[in-house]
Amino acid sequence: MKKKILDFLTEIRPEFDFAASSNFIEEGMLDSFDIVSLVASLDEEYGISIDGTEILPENFSNVDSIYQLLIKNGVTE
Amino acid sequence: MLKINLIEYFENTADSFPDKLALVDSTSQLSFHALKQKAKRIATQITKESHTIKRPVAIYLPKTNDAIASFLGTMYSGNCYTPLDTKNPVPRIEAILKALNPSCIVTNDRFIANIEKCNLDIKVINLDQLDEGQKIDENFNYRKCIDTDPAYILHTSGSTGVPKGVVISHLSIIDYINWVVDTFDITEKEKIGNQTPFIFDMSTLDIYLMIFKGATLYIIPEQKFMFPATLLDYINENEINFIFWVPSVLVNIANLKLLGPIKIPTIKKVLFGGEVMPPKHLGYWINNLDKNVVYGNMYGPTEITGTCVCHIVDDTFNENESLPIGKPCRNTDILVLNEKDELCKVGEKGELCVRGSSLALGYWNNLEKTNAVFVQNPLNKSIPERIYRTGDIAFLNEKGEYIYIGRKDFQIKLSGYRIDLGEIEHYILSVFDTINAGVFFDKAKSEIVLIYESGNEISVKEFRSKLAQVLSKHMIPTRYIKMDILPKSTTGKIDRALLNKKINNA
Repeated sequence: MKKKILDFLTEIRPEFDFAASSNFIEEGMLDSFDIVSLVASLDEEYGISIDGTEILPENFSNVDSIYQLLIKNGVTE
Repeated sequence: MLKINLIEYFENTADSFPDKLALVDSTSQLSFHALKQKAKRIATQITKESHTIKRPVAIYLPKTNDAIASFLGTMYSGNCYTPLDTKNPVPRIEAILKALNPSCIVTNDRFIANIEKCNLDIKVINLDQLDEGQKIDENFNYRKCIDTDPAYILHTSGSTGVPKGVVISHLSIIDYINWVVDTFDITEKEKIGNQTPFIFDMSTLDIYLMIFKGATLYIIPEQKFMFPATLLDYINENEINFIFWVPSVLVNIANLKLLGPIKIPTIKKVLFGGEVMPPKHLGYWINNLDKNVVYGNMYGPTEITGTCVCHIVDDTFNENESLPIGKPCRNTDILVLNEKDELCKVGEKGELCVRGSSLALGYWNNLEKTNAVFVQNPLNKSIPERIYRTGDIAFLNEKGEYIYIGRKDFQIKLSGYRIDLGEIEHYILSVFDTINAGVFFDKAKSEIVLIYESGNEISVKEFRSKLAQVLSKHMIPTRYIKMDILPKSTTGKIDRALLNKKINNA
């Protein structure tokens, strides 16, 4: 699942190395368009609907935090 | 007496509310008195460095209180300001600076290195090195300016690769802001939550309501717009009551259904513009906010200062009908002209043209482009009278409201950003000089698409990383299609109409 998350991120911003970053937000690797695209991709891929109140910086700061958010939404490996 | 320039308005406000909060950004806040002192210190430095009047001063700063103090400082010095986007790649900044030839650039420690990379002989004022103890010279040159002198220059995407500098006079802003103040009953009690970048004409309204009426301007940190729940928390924490945002932000909040879990009871006025507002999403806002909230659909290109046609949402609002752009603002006249340059009848589509004090003075250093769109009113055969041809197609309905249809050229709107597809193409062909390519817009997906002809496949990664060095992020295509041979018309040019149909399944 982490590989898939990385794939989505790389698809949105191919110019960045997301695996090497510990905080996408602080490093300015994503903007508001990117978050909208990423949430749409995750929702579609896993058949979930991430709640607007969960779209917070701490849930999108790195691959691990996105992974935890998906687990919380009932996604399994 | 009638005020003739923007500094007179600012001085009046600063005298009325010296201790009131003028500006709040993520790291600081300034009272009107403190803002005035800061602006005057910057003005003194500009005059010392450049000795110019009525010349452009480039402001290369992020969206902060310092940027607004620099705008005011420039006007105190009798010059006109030009905000530059610190997120733009350096070559684009360099192209703008070359065409603009400003008398100096105001920047800070963080961004000065980018200016040095440009290799231009322009004086630089570094705000972080400004001498706080320096004596302010009160002989400001703004007193020599009249209302038809330029106040600012904003750059919009140009088809030939170099952005066009739209020059706006003091008079145009005075005309516009006085209409906004009366129409939306603006006082010093307004707490404005700013979303749009200062390189956008939409921010003119936010900034000048603060300057004219003593409203407080909150420069909302950009990260809040990435995470809309935190944006709504910000509104509540600061008791924001007035917003003028691009529809994309309002749509995102509606799609995430955030106004149920997070109430924003302080909001009283919701204005939007820069692109088409979908009525279903507006319906969501109307159903979830207080009944007395005022909604305004604001239409107008940069070339007419801000808004020339406005629709205030009323009881007739219907989620299943597209929102009119509305009726002309006071002291503005709209002409919808057909191909014979005659006034269209009710229901007949034509090009929307504007006349009034709001018209820009023209494009900076570009008489040819200026004369192409700021033209003699074809309906007036007796005296010289300029109109601006917007390139937008619209019609007048039976209720006397204008309805927007679309563009007559290759210009698109993406989250309020006005983009000429020709500018994207220009940069792509200059970076990838072995391919032939056309840039298109997929309306359904709101996506910029590049179709290219090349012997070998170029990876998306290669395209995007190279284009990021010359194009702003919102201009970079997100879909890439390789064709062995592009369809051509009989003259040998790319058959754009055919490819456009393919992309849009029309």
